Amino acid sequence: MGENLDKREDGRTVVLGLEGTAWNLSSALVDEEDVIAEENATYVPAKGGIHPREAAQHHAEHMAPVVKAVLDAARRDGLAIDAVAFSQGPGLGPCLRTVATAARALSLRFGVPLVGVNHCIAHIEVGKWKTGATDPVVLYVSGGNSQVLALRRGRYRIFGETLDISVGNALDKFARQVGLPHPGGPKLEALAKSAKEYIPLPYVVKGMDLSFSGLSTAAAQAAKKHDLADVCSSFQETAFAMLVEVTERALAHAEKKEVLLVGGVGANSRLREMLNIMCEERGARFYVPEMRFMGDNGSMIAYTGLVMLKAGVTTSLAESRVRPGYRTDEVEVRWR
Amino acid sequence: MAEEIGRGAEAVITRDGDRVTKWRRPKGYRLKPLDDRIRRERTVMESRLISEARRCGVPTPIIFDVDNFSLTMEHIDGIKLKDVIDPALSEKAGELAGRLHACGIVHGDLTTSNMILKDGKIYFIDFGLAFHDHSLEAQGVDVHVFFQTVRSSHDSSEELVDAFLRGYARTYSRAGDVLKRVREIEGRGRYL
Ligand SMILES: Nc1ncnc2c1ncn2[C@@H]1O[C@H](COP(=O)(O)OP(=O)(O)O)[C@@H](O)[C@H]1O
Ligand SMILES: [Mg+2]
Repeated sequence: MGENLDKREDGRTVVLGLEGTAWNLSSALVDEEDVIAEENATYVPAKGGIHPREAAQHHAEHMAPVVKAVLDAARRDGLAIDAVAFSQGPGLGPCLRTVATAARALSLRFGVPLVGVNHCIAHIEVGKWKTGATDPVVLYVSGGNSQVLALRRGRYRIFGETLDISVGNALDKFARQVGLPHPGGPKLEALAKSAKEYIPLPYVVKGMDLSFSGLSTAAAQAAKKHDLADVCSSFQETAFAMLVEVTERALAHAEKKEVLLVGGVGANSRLREMLNIMCEERGARFYVPEMRFMGDNGSMIAYTGLVMLKAGVTTSLAESRVRPGYRTDEVEVRWR
Repeated sequence: MAEEIGRGAEAVITRDGDRVTKWRRPKGYRLKPLDDRIRRERTVMESRLISEARRCGVPTPIIFDVDNFSLTMEHIDGIKLKDVIDPALSEKAGELAGRLHACGIVHGDLTTSNMILKDGKIYFIDFGLAFHDHSLEAQGVDVHVFFQTVRSSHDSSEELVDAFLRGYARTYSRAGDVLKRVREIEGRGRYL
């Protein structure tokens, strides 16, 4: 792709990060202080949900320009790259492989270490970095995941999670069934604003675990008889109340005082409002990063790679195979 | 005068002599009709199943009174299992969970915050998410919830898990099948 970049001697660490576990391909360059550059390309399916191989194809096609944009930024600022971080999982196998292949090539080309990053942990780390939260209960909600986590003795422990599909997946499924165009989440939120009536839907909380598949089916059924705006609003109210409730359960059980919201579904303003109310009523502090750090982004991978690198955690080529089912609690957090 | 002695995720617990009142406070984040429904249903279920569990041989507080959103019950003057758990106690908790399941009751929130140790005896509390169910799935999720909190909150969690299972198998004949289901629940793909 190009020439080597010169090393700098100022003690600053610069890491290039690559994200591409699902819809979004993103590369970024960060240092200890901030994001230096980020470039994105988002896959949009012709119809229906995500097709893993199509998404991987999309990522492969856009890899060169997306990476070039941040390399150009590095060259412009005269920055040497100290490591290449990539999201190793969890995610869709074909997408992960495309990203890992590119990351390995970049690491060889610059002669710098590779850092395999857990995607979920990257969401949390960038959230802490950008909000100043120190020891939060984390609600992580996205197309692939719905989890409540907190750090205890060097690992992000899963306090609760969905027992079937993620909340983002449930939202998308329901949106498709009632004919809302992709992406369903924002359309649903907009429609919900004109709702007049609450329609009871299944509310399923088991300890700190959740289930959403019954809810999305029941909501699609309800949409045949009721006003769509009412169903959209009732869907949100029910699903989000479940999420807020398990977050509160984890707060109480872990005896923590902070909540951090991360993941793409966190863009929903009603969810943020509900979490904020819960935190106020409980005397906890609520943290939510800027929108650009909520969804999948290369900066979170680059930043997590940076803190891992500084703690001496790198990934050899032999260990760099992708991990589609990578669990958050498998990672030993040695950088805090 | 009643003083506040506990605050869980849902409820405020106040004590007046040897009685406590558990009041499920309104949650401002939930729409009122949904919030009222949940608080009412859970209060009713809790009062019923807490008494039923005792008849199945699981120590629970005696219920004195039920209102729309609150319960008055016996004060269990002990310490949360969360703060003292060890393998021997985990085994006892397993025995009680086995009895509960053998009786057709699923607790719904089987965590070490919802067990109180008093005079060497473990009491189960907080039956708001409990329901009647004999299915392996429901029992498996119940045990899974216990393991999940043990693993997220305690050290040497695998010892506690093993001890729990020993107790559970002693009082519940289908323990082996439930354990198989727990393994399956743990392994379910959570990604897309
Ligand atoms: N009968 C009781 N006797 C003594 N303490 C109790 C009793 N019931 C509840 N508590 C205390 O209050 C806390 C919260 O009660 P719980 O029923 O678990 O409510 P929540 O649903 O909010 O978790 C418990 O963890 C426990 O410390
Ligand atoms: Mg409780």
